[in-house]
Amino acid sequence: MQYTLLILVLPLLSFIVLGLVDSKWKPKVAGTIGTIVLGIITALSYYTAFEYFTLHKVAGVYEKVIVYDMEWLRFTDALHINLGILLDPISVMMLVVISTISFMVNIYSLSYMDGEKGFQRYYAFLSLFTFSMLGLVVATNIFQMYIFWELVGVSSFLLIGFYYTKPSAVAAAKKAFIVTRFADLFFLIGILILSFYTKTFDFTILTAEHTTVFAGTTGITFMGFSVLSWAMAGIFIGGAGKSAMFPLQIWLPDAMEGPTPVSALIHAATMVVAGVFLVARFFPVYYFQTPEVLHGIAYVGAFTALFAAVIACVQTDIKRVLAFSTISQIAFMMVALGVSGYEGHEGTGYMASMFHLFTHAMFKALLFLGAGSVIHAVHSNEIKDMGGLRKYLPITNWTFLIACLAIAGIPPFSGFFSKDEILSASYEFSPFIGGLMTFVAALTAFYMFRLYYSIFWGKDYTIKASSHGHDDHGAGHTPHESPFAMAFPLIFLAAVTCVAGFIPFGEFVSSTGADYHIHINLTVAIVSVVVASISILIATMMYRKQSTTPDKLAKIFSGLYKGASNRFYIDEVYMFITKNIVFNNISRPIAWFDRHVIDATMDGFANTTQWVSLRIKGFQSGQLQQYAYVFLFGTLLIAVLLFIF
Amino acid sequence: MNFLSLFVLIPIFMILGLFISNNRKQYLIVMTLGASLLMIMSGIVTYMYLTERAAGNTAEMLFMADTVWYAPFNIHYSVGVDGISVAMLILSSIIVFTGVFASWKIDPLPKEFFLWFSLLSIGVYGFFITTDLFTMFMYYEIALIPMYLLIGIWGTGRKEYSAMKLTLMLMGGSALLLVGILGIYFGSGATTMNFLEIAKLHIPVEMQYYFFPLTFMGFGVLGALFPFHTWSPDGHASAPTAVSMLHAGVLMKLGGYGCFRVAMFLMPEAAHEMAWIFLILTGISVVYGAFGAIHQTDLKYINAYSSVSHCGLVLFAILMMNETATTGAILQMLSHGLMTALFFALIGMIYGRTHTRDIRLMGGLMKVLPFLGVSYVIAGMASLGLPSLSGFVAEMTIFVGAFQHSDIFHRVLTITAVSSIVITAVYILRVVGKIIFGPIYDKHHEELTDAVWYERLSVSVLIIAIFAMGSAPFWISSMIGESVAPILSQLIK
Repeated sequence: MQYTLLILVLPLLSFIVLGLVDSKWKPKVAGTIGTIVLGIITALSYYTAFEYFTLHKVAGVYEKVIVYDMEWLRFTDALHINLGILLDPISVMMLVVISTISFMVNIYSLSYMDGEKGFQRYYAFLSLFTFSMLGLVVATNIFQMYIFWELVGVSSFLLIGFYYTKPSAVAAAKKAFIVTRFADLFFLIGILILSFYTKTFDFTILTAEHTTVFAGTTGITFMGFSVLSWAMAGIFIGGAGKSAMFPLQIWLPDAMEGPTPVSALIHAATMVVAGVFLVARFFPVYYFQTPEVLHGIAYVGAFTALFAAVIACVQTDIKRVLAFSTISQIAFMMVALGVSGYEGHEGTGYMASMFHLFTHAMFKALLFLGAGSVIHAVHSNEIKDMGGLRKYLPITNWTFLIACLAIAGIPPFSGFFSKDEILSASYEFSPFIGGLMTFVAALTAFYMFRLYYSIFWGKDYTIKASSHGHDDHGAGHTPHESPFAMAFPLIFLAAVTCVAGFIPFGEFVSSTGADYHIHINLTVAIVSVVVASISILIATMMYRKQSTTPDKLAKIFSGLYKGASNRFYIDEVYMFITKNIVFNNISRPIAWFDRHVIDATMDGFANTTQWVSLRIKGFQSGQLQQYAYVFLFGTLLIAVLLFIF
Repeated sequence: MNFLSLFVLIPIFMILGLFISNNRKQYLIVMTLGASLLMIMSGIVTYMYLTERAAGNTAEMLFMADTVWYAPFNIHYSVGVDGISVAMLILSSIIVFTGVFASWKIDPLPKEFFLWFSLLSIGVYGFFITTDLFTMFMYYEIALIPMYLLIGIWGTGRKEYSAMKLTLMLMGGSALLLVGILGIYFGSGATTMNFLEIAKLHIPVEMQYYFFPLTFMGFGVLGALFPFHTWSPDGHASAPTAVSMLHAGVLMKLGGYGCFRVAMFLMPEAAHEMAWIFLILTGISVVYGAFGAIHQTDLKYINAYSSVSHCGLVLFAILMMNETATTGAILQMLSHGLMTALFFALIGMIYGRTHTRDIRLMGGLMKVLPFLGVSYVIAGMASLGLPSLSGFVAEMTIFVGAFQHSDIFHRVLTITAVSSIVITAVYILRVVGKIIFGPIYDKHHEELTDAVWYERLSVSVLIIAIFAMGSAPFWISSMIGESVAPILSQLIK
């Protein structure tokens, strides 16, 4: 399967060609190059998946195939960074997800970004992102993953800050980078600890079922936890940063400053699930070696899911709602991993998590692209500028509705199947988490339909001049459906969302690599569907027609409402820490200390020398009489001294 | 006559060439020719070095030559290179080459500027090829003195003060160094100043306790060791572009190189005993420099503090005394040399256009200066350790190496040093976000023109080098690693 190397090489070449060649191409050419390359990659990924899942099952278990492995940098004899391609069920699945979404986004952007300045740059960055993300999922070792992890971070930075003259976009890009960098610090420390004790970076060695590499870590503890727990917790924090888990979620909503297709690709479907992928990659280590960390992951996930869902209920920016919904859904995946067992039926959570990752990527990308289509039509991100759009945007309306039903967990759409598995795994782990997740699922249905109705129903769209979005189009025209290049991805992803639930996912991906037979837990399924339907009903009553209920409710729960709309002031806490503590109370004193203490001491030496020399320079006056006096008195002095002693 | 001496002879010929030429065009021809020759030479030396090693020559240093210079004191002119010096020669050649192009329009007195510039490069090259302690010290001084004039005459801002401060502090360092070197010579009872010979002898441990700190500090001042780093912000801020490049890019590396080659190599026992003191100081440097940089508003100050942090990491890694960390230290010297030269080159070019270095007075330069803007972002990314650029390779090697010590003292220091990657990201992105991105701050900046060919050449060469080192680090890393090993075996035994 040497051809898989092309999957990495092609987008890199595309980046180099589009980004570094100085000649300015026509936008059409640049866009076509990017899209065709992605088309080829998608075809290759599908073929890889086909070949892998048909040919590489040995004794009922999918084997791990290392297609390519090259030493890149040697640290010690045992520790060296390799670059290579590892194919196993989850990496192959990720190849399919990433290439599909990326391809769709490339097509969509041909029309969405039409006429934007920096069209070629946009496609170059998209290629860079795709390259980094693909390199991340096929990593053969943890350091390769870290390398591509950072590259993904920087492509995200570049794309969020695509409108670089806009201060809010620059600030958002900066924030995203620094927050994830902070998380990566722990990731790196985790890698350092892990590799020090296991003497390897290699995933196949670390995640083998009966591995002995952890023998060296037994008995070494630090503050009550084993070193391995610290290492794995550090690695999880890295994942939590990219996957926007509480309290590192603050960058993701701001990241919506980037162009909408970018949000669909990076901040909904692919990059943000990197953390989930990381935990899944290390799942055997978490499960067998550090179960306490795994449980921690479940609780962090559960809290984040609730937290983000509550905030999503009151946001008024269409992309912000979707951003918080993304955080909440990723948290679902984290919970699923956290509660999962390992073998057979126990492994439901793992399978469910990957399944949800797959289905969520499709319908969330669809939601974002739909949102892009809406924003394209009305030139605003704010819900209040929308309403009654179903007449003008029929395709967007229908596809958006399908995605909403999927995320709400209504059968037969894909989200129902994956979410149901997550819920039943949670109930088996603990009724508390199970109940909590069901509640969050209900909230999900509510806020999604609140969004849906506010956009497509309710008060008819009235033309409002808006300062947001694409000013150059001008305001004050009838919104119309997007062109084919934008409609096609919507239709495609909607179709996937309709059928993906029927994929026998457990036959491809499971924690052990062996077949896992999905059977729907009827009790859980019925309960969750009923709860979701009730939520949708409530949303229908509140938002389908103009009504005063939402305002009344907001008044009743004014504290909660205010907190949630301000994202529970977490951003302010960060602002306080960075601005007041780091900047004003660490950095400023250090700068002062450097100038006024250390440097002043150095200057002090110089000044003292100068002062002394000023005092004694009179001796070197050049006046012969003075010299004669000094000479005379000196001689006398010595003579007297000699005489006395 | 050994061909390594060409590294010293070519700059001498450049000086002669400058004497006989009499207009800017001719100076530039001489300088370009000389700098290109030096580049080619470094390429040839690298090639020869690698083939010789591949052929199985395991001598500690290759291409050795030795001539008696002053017999009574056993001062020899002796040269030889190993992987570390070859790496440094490559670095110096790149910086000198790009430095010439960065000072294409230097004014006033171009002839004198290039004269001192060439003299400075004699010192730098000589330092890296020599194996004789006294000659090494001499080259060190040759590299320092021109600095005073280069900053004092062609500098900006408080140039006289800065030039004086820089020279005095570095001279203070070299005074300590001289004592240290003499101590090594007499202490070992050697009949030669050649450090390879002295290494075979043994300096009494109690003498090492005196002379190790002197030598280490002497070199350390040049390597911006806390608290002797304050010459660096002022000096860099006032220096003209090419001098900042050469100084931060190469001269500061003399410090780290000397600490390793002389202080630690020749006095291993004391190095072991006293490493902890300097580890703490360098650990402070790393974090302190980074925090210091956050608060600055002058581009050059930011970069100078960032250098304190990055060079601190060099000394920090050397003191970890294992192969991985030390290899990382040398890689970091290369990496820091390249990216800081790039930074100073870009800052010089931006300053030449906007006439300010205050980040509060600039904004949105990407729009008017796309080439410089993109390059600045790349330099920033290299500095914060983005994979595929040089900084990542060096820093990761250092961190993995430093982490091989499992005691709590080294662990705490290592984790402190690792945390600098976040602080670096903060100050780099703060600057990039402010001056490169965002709306244009100053209306007058809308008429600025982007880089011209010699600027583009200078910047491109540095960026290519950074990319090359960052994406194909294996050969340079193994070349350095092989040469570090014999020195470390001296330290570990």
